[in-house]
Amino acid sequence: MLQAELPGARAEVESLASLQHAETPLKRFVALYAESRLALVAAGVLVLIVAAAIAAPWLAPQNPYDLQQLDVLDARLPPGEKSAAGMTFWLGSDAQGRDMLSAILYGLRISIGVGAIATVAAVAIGLSLGLVAAYAGGRTESLVMRVVDLQLSFPSILIALVLLAVVGQGVDKIIVALITVQWAYYARTVRSSALVERNKEYVEAARCLRLSSARILFRHIMPNCLPPLIVVATVQVAHAIALEATLSFLGLGLPITQPSLGLLIANGFSYMLSGKYWISFYPGVALLVTIMAINLVADQLRDVLNPRLAR
Amino acid sequence: MLTYILRRLAASAVLLLVMSLLVFVGVYAIGNPVDLLISPEADQKEIERVIAALGLDKPLWQQYLIFLERALSGDLGRSFAFHTPAIDLILSRMPATLELALAAMLIAIAAGIPLGLYAGLKPDSLIAKSIMAGSIFGFSLPTFWVGLMLIMLFSVHLGWLPSTGRGETVALFGVQWSIFTWDGLRHLAMPAFNLALFKLSLLIRLTRASTCEALLQDYVKFARAKGLRMRRVVGVHVLKNIMIPIVTVIGLEFGSVLAFSIVTETIFAWPGMGKLLIDSIQVLDRPVVVAYLLVIVIVFVFINLLVDLVYSALDPRVRLAPGHAAG
Repeated sequence: MLQAELPGARAEVESLASLQHAETPLKRFVALYAESRLALVAAGVLVLIVAAAIAAPWLAPQNPYDLQQLDVLDARLPPGEKSAAGMTFWLGSDAQGRDMLSAILYGLRISIGVGAIATVAAVAIGLSLGLVAAYAGGRTESLVMRVVDLQLSFPSILIALVLLAVVGQGVDKIIVALITVQWAYYARTVRSSALVERNKEYVEAARCLRLSSARILFRHIMPNCLPPLIVVATVQVAHAIALEATLSFLGLGLPITQPSLGLLIANGFSYMLSGKYWISFYPGVALLVTIMAINLVADQLRDVLNPRLAR
Repeated sequence: MLTYILRRLAASAVLLLVMSLLVFVGVYAIGNPVDLLISPEADQKEIERVIAALGLDKPLWQQYLIFLERALSGDLGRSFAFHTPAIDLILSRMPATLELALAAMLIAIAAGIPLGLYAGLKPDSLIAKSIMAGSIFGFSLPTFWVGLMLIMLFSVHLGWLPSTGRGETVALFGVQWSIFTWDGLRHLAMPAFNLALFKLSLLIRLTRASTCEALLQDYVKFARAKGLRMRRVVGVHVLKNIMIPIVTVIGLEFGSVLAFSIVTETIFAWPGMGKLLIDSIQVLDRPVVVAYLLVIVIVFVFINLLVDLVYSALDPRVRLAPGHAAG
């Protein structure tokens, strides 16, 4: 069994041949990425979800937070049922007579927004600290890495929970909490790749040209540290969205006025025991599909961007 | 080895000190300790008494020493809600959490390693592909939502399993256990599986990756060349080598299971430390939150120490490298 020839080896050779036509790195990247059909589908789904989230106010059948459009008589209708005003609740309605489909679209907007903002900010912080740590070395490095190690020895949900327990609820606070739990991953990733890059010849060449440290750091070393960072960041967006949903579900995340998917699921929790599954079920499906699409994209990115698997 | 253990213990002590400082700063310097640690129902006399006891009129460094002294003697304040010492409250809930976490870990290990091994040995078979697809699901499904869906399926629709509480317990070694009674086991099944799902997926993927890597190594080729049976090669040579990363991850993930039990306990109303924490946060019972924090830090320091020790026992290559004693 072990000696059997590597399956897919021939396919690999063929794809290699086709890759030689790819002239630019971007085309090469796209060609490599497109090798997995599943990853392509995931990327497509992700684009659709993000587009739907951005376009929620125009797509949603009703504005779920405009109280004038809600009717308590429509409360807890199962999927497919018509409201008093004649609108169809494709995914049912919740305890306030809100259309679940609209609530989910608006919820996605908040969930993805919070996750993306927190990740971008955390990447910026982690990237700078990781680069500085690797480049400066010495005390700076050991201080930064000590803090990173310390933080990574605790699960992120615990840190976020404790932080929110101290500072309270709110969009700004949950973003701060998500940044706090994420930056260490980026700092560690960037530092380890920057340590490798620092000793390469092109950096030496740049030093011989007497370029400034800042220029070497940001124009030469940083671009080469990005691929692994992109992979980690993609995975972390999914984590951030899941974490925010969990915290909101526990009642510690977003306030009731900004219902993310987690809060929608929490609202349906109490109705579940009486068999009204849709209030929790569909927001959960939306959350699941989003997280899964991101994870699949990240999986493929890891394969494409991994220099060890460079073909 | 002894030097290594001593060094690690010293590092852990330093870590504890740092964490106590952080907790102290969080509670005493950022928040207002009078609000945080004194019950809102207390009258003026009580407030003055506690201020004096905590030394809140003294400089900050003296307050820290008082805090440290009280923490070391096990006094972390009294719960507003239960009117008992916070530390006792948490310790009384700890067995339920440990039971849940251990059961979850057991499920993850018992199912994850064999499935991962299979997927690694026959990576192109249909079963292996379904296992891997399932593990992506397990990775992506948010724990709390899976819990809800389990309740919906097994409690509401099928009516097979109870959705809340611990059920009947028996005392063993002075601790109450659910796992030894049929009713308790029925209560334990869903929360434990819920908590296990994420770790199960993680172990499957880790075991598979390690197995794939190990199969390409020279020692496997050599063992095969010796004419050993595949079963022995896998069972002894491969398994022994992939155990190193797996044991490390199991150890490290145990802490994360403890943390995620907060979510699972809340959903299934499992009366453990995690549910206590959420309840306490919601009723602003802050002494319990502070006590939980310190207890969980100690637990984590202990787990990390244990993992490092087991790791160095398993892998001779790291045995005498005490330089990287972090965490």
